[in-house]
Amino acid sequence: MDYLLTDEQKMIQELARKIAVEKIAPVAAKYDKTEEFPWDVLKLIALSDLFAIFVPAEYGGTGGGVLDLCIVTEELSRACGGIAVCYAASALGTFPIILFGSDEQKKKYLPDLASGKKIAAFGITEPEAGSDASGIKTTAKKEGDHYILNGTKHFITNGAEAETYVVIAMTNKAKGARGASAFIVEKGTPGFTFGKKEDKLGIRASVTSELVFTDCKIPKENLLAKEGMGFIVTMKTFDMSRPGVAAQALGIAQGALDVAVKYARERVQFGKPISSFQGIQWMLADMATQVEASRGLVYSCAREIDAGIKDVAKDSAMAKMYASDVAMKVTTDAVQILGGYGYMKDYPAEKYMRDAKITQIYEGTNQIQRNIIALQLIKEMAK
Amino acid sequence: MNIIVCIKQVPETTEVRINPETNTLIREGVKSIINPFDMYAIEEAVRLKEKFGGKVTILTMGPPQADAALREAISMGADEGVLVSDRAFAGSDTWATSYTLSCAIKKIGAFDLIICGKQASDGDTAQVGPGISAHLNIPQVTYVKKIEEVKDGSMRVERLMEEGFEIIETPLPALLTVVKEINEPRIPSLRGMMRAKQAKIISWTQKELNLDPQSIGLCGSPTQVVKIFTPKPREGGQMLKGEVPEVASQLVDLIKDEVH
Repeated sequence: MDYLLTDEQKMIQELARKIAVEKIAPVAAKYDKTEEFPWDVLKLIALSDLFAIFVPAEYGGTGGGVLDLCIVTEELSRACGGIAVCYAASALGTFPIILFGSDEQKKKYLPDLASGKKIAAFGITEPEAGSDASGIKTTAKKEGDHYILNGTKHFITNGAEAETYVVIAMTNKAKGARGASAFIVEKGTPGFTFGKKEDKLGIRASVTSELVFTDCKIPKENLLAKEGMGFIVTMKTFDMSRPGVAAQALGIAQGALDVAVKYARERVQFGKPISSFQGIQWMLADMATQVEASRGLVYSCAREIDAGIKDVAKDSAMAKMYASDVAMKVTTDAVQILGGYGYMKDYPAEKYMRDAKITQIYEGTNQIQRNIIALQLIKEMAK
Repeated sequence: MNIIVCIKQVPETTEVRINPETNTLIREGVKSIINPFDMYAIEEAVRLKEKFGGKVTILTMGPPQADAALREAISMGADEGVLVSDRAFAGSDTWATSYTLSCAIKKIGAFDLIICGKQASDGDTAQVGPGISAHLNIPQVTYVKKIEEVKDGSMRVERLMEEGFEIIETPLPALLTVVKEINEPRIPSLRGMMRAKQAKIISWTQKELNLDPQSIGLCGSPTQVVKIFTPKPREGGQMLKGEVPEVASQLVDLIKDEVH
């Protein structure tokens, strides 16, 4: 299928694929096992300018858009969903600064994030505030020229490894959702420490940690946008980043499909390669079609955002929900096609299945995505 | 430091197929890549440039599609590419090729260093690099695995041997051929790829290089490939067992029998 990419997007795709095939695929199983943070791979990604593609040119980027980010995330995920999410989560932590940062904040933070010298992270989730983000308990109290942060964020991707964090905290609890604000917090700020590092089912090359704020004093210049805009910052950031999670799911599904097709051609049973059996052929055909359909949704949604179309919440939710459900199904089928070998860690199929599961959960569970889609449908009909 | 890197575009396969009638490579349907050994030469040149400044020029002789190989080298950080291409060069052996490349190098101008891969993955001769240094009358160090030190007008390198290595100091300008132990070629950058796409490739023919027709192409090639074949695998040897003096005398007897 031709995706009508520009020459530059094809170049980005070729580059990301080269890194995935030559540098990530050979080490994916190692990082999955050791749970070490893949700094060596991220440095390579940085040197190839791929952290620059979603940053505006005036702040050290190459000025690409969400589709460029999706293309890279897809290609990297095809080799390892865990390493890909380290990359994509840095984009998630960078977007709020791109979207809401002042010129000073952009000048201060974006060049190092675009060059990959530093990576970013985004912190909203708390033990009691998952899908219901209004339950946030972390507070930011203004004192003179500073804000004092107190509270704990958990399940934060790139936590402890990132240098630059965007954190959502309550500046005015009485105002509820309108009392939340977004802050840039640098690693090393006194009172900012890291708690538990999670032991995960999949995406084990990535790190997921607690951020702990204990009377953490940050300059008032680190407030993003205005007080009370924390949830708007979050929603707008997720609108930009959700297609990236969808692209991660898409890449994981494509990677599993590649493994299944290759295995089916090589595996001989009853004197023939199993790819000659219709039972296997129909499975592969369904898997490939579902992967293409999810690619169509992901690319279309990314293109809408890049074209400046405002209300993308429904399309973005559809892309994320569909691509991740497809990833779960296709990776499970890939394990099935590999049979007993599919269940063993000597073969790559089971890792794709473990990596796929999280894409149905994070950045809004697929149930929350369905809520968004349904709400929008009902609203449109009521107009 | 001005560096010239000579590269060759080769078919991407270690299983090169040969046309049995013409004894030439079958290129159809095979993707072309930069000779893998030349990737180390490009990487080393770019590293030297990053350390000492200067310019890296990539030179290749080949058909017009070798343009892609030059652009790939530019995407890795080289500054410019020169393509030497003419039907008159067809059938060149390593002597005619190294002569043609040496003439192109003279036309490029002043340089401090020439780097080549140790050999091409298709022909496997390892002769073109040394041939260029002979034509230019400059020193050569083959199989370089490390550049230890660069001084004003000289360079100290480690040369890989079958067991261990030699340390050689050479005056500059010189020609090095490099082995894979020297570095790990980088993945190009996006900005490098964009630059490479827009780069202007310099292209020279026989006329622009003002070459003697008798010294190039088939006419200028003393090597004639008479036949190419796959040698039969060696048959298993015979193991002699026992004490050394006993085994030695057995061995002498066996050799005598073989001679008779």
